[in-house]
Amino acid sequence: MSEQKAKKKDVTITINEAWCKGCVICVELCPESVLEMRSGKAKVAHLDQCSACMLCELRCPDFAIVVVDNSKVDQSSE
Amino acid sequence: MFNYDQYLRLNKFPLIWCSGCGDGIVLKSMLRAIHKLGINKDEMCMVSGIGCSSRLTGYVDFNTLHTTHGRALTFATGIKMANPKLHVVVVTGDGDATAIGGNHYIHAARRNIDITVILFNNFIYGMTGGQVSPTTPKGKRASTAPYGNFENAFNISGLAQAAGASYVARATVYNAVQLEKYIQRAIEKKGFSLVEVLSPCPTAYGRRNREGTPVDMILHQKENSIPVSKAESMTPEELEGKIITGVLVDTERPECRTEYQRLIDHLKEEK
Repeated sequence: MSEQKAKKKDVTITINEAWCKGCVICVELCPESVLEMRSGKAKVAHLDQCSACMLCELRCPDFAIVVVDNSKVDQSSE
Repeated sequence: MFNYDQYLRLNKFPLIWCSGCGDGIVLKSMLRAIHKLGINKDEMCMVSGIGCSSRLTGYVDFNTLHTTHGRALTFATGIKMANPKLHVVVVTGDGDATAIGGNHYIHAARRNIDITVILFNNFIYGMTGGQVSPTTPKGKRASTAPYGNFENAFNISGLAQAAGASYVARATVYNAVQLEKYIQRAIEKKGFSLVEVLSPCPTAYGRRNREGTPVDMILHQKENSIPVSKAESMTPEELEGKIITGVLVDTERPECRTEYQRLIDHLKEEK
């Protein structure tokens, strides 16, 4: 598990490396180039660019990416 | 973020499907649709046959049934007739539903029984080694068609439409949001509902046909999708090789289990 916190936007992206099969779908279809491939697995490279569009989570066929928009989590819990 | 874990058997993970297989994207869309409908897990029954897509029932925490090849719809019909309160969803592939189970498929649609079919169309028999399926497009290669397929392909959605289904929609894994919407509507709909999903198979189909990486295959879906409203004004030549997406049928027809209940009630009154 690799976890990184955003500096500009409060987004947390978690990638489950044990489930990631390295299909590159998330990396190629991310509109903000947040992710990249390292040793055959997806990794978060530029978290500050993430706009929390959720497309990587939506299209990951292996349930390996979880994107949490922390600002929305805070709102919903209020 | 969506909490998929609540509907999954996590001890069965990771998924068996190949890297870049679209089936996982369909599974996620199904779970989001079921969650939006607020269906209790115990009221959901998922039935599958044999094939890559049919492995899906092993991963979901509903009432599930993994049946014999092509017979998912027959088991599902029995379940719906015996317990009409259940939401019955059949998960099947192009070979399972339209070759081995082709007869059951058209008759389930004809009866218009309240079953939702999510049909994963990957144009090939992926699990058994890439043989030609009834939906392999003309000219495409498979392990049993090394010089290209010379047969005509089935139009799966057209078949359900002609046989009398209440709801028919076609979607791609590229547009997973649209797919989720169609699955939601299909489960809600009373009667036989089909969602045909085009799911890329990079291993058995893409590799043989030089369709590139999983990303290339998904982007191919994006570039070649035509909404059904736009397709109506296009010629068959213009539509060659295109994917017509959207709701093809959404109509009201007498539903099989309801008609059966009406008959039972009627006969009881006569006594």
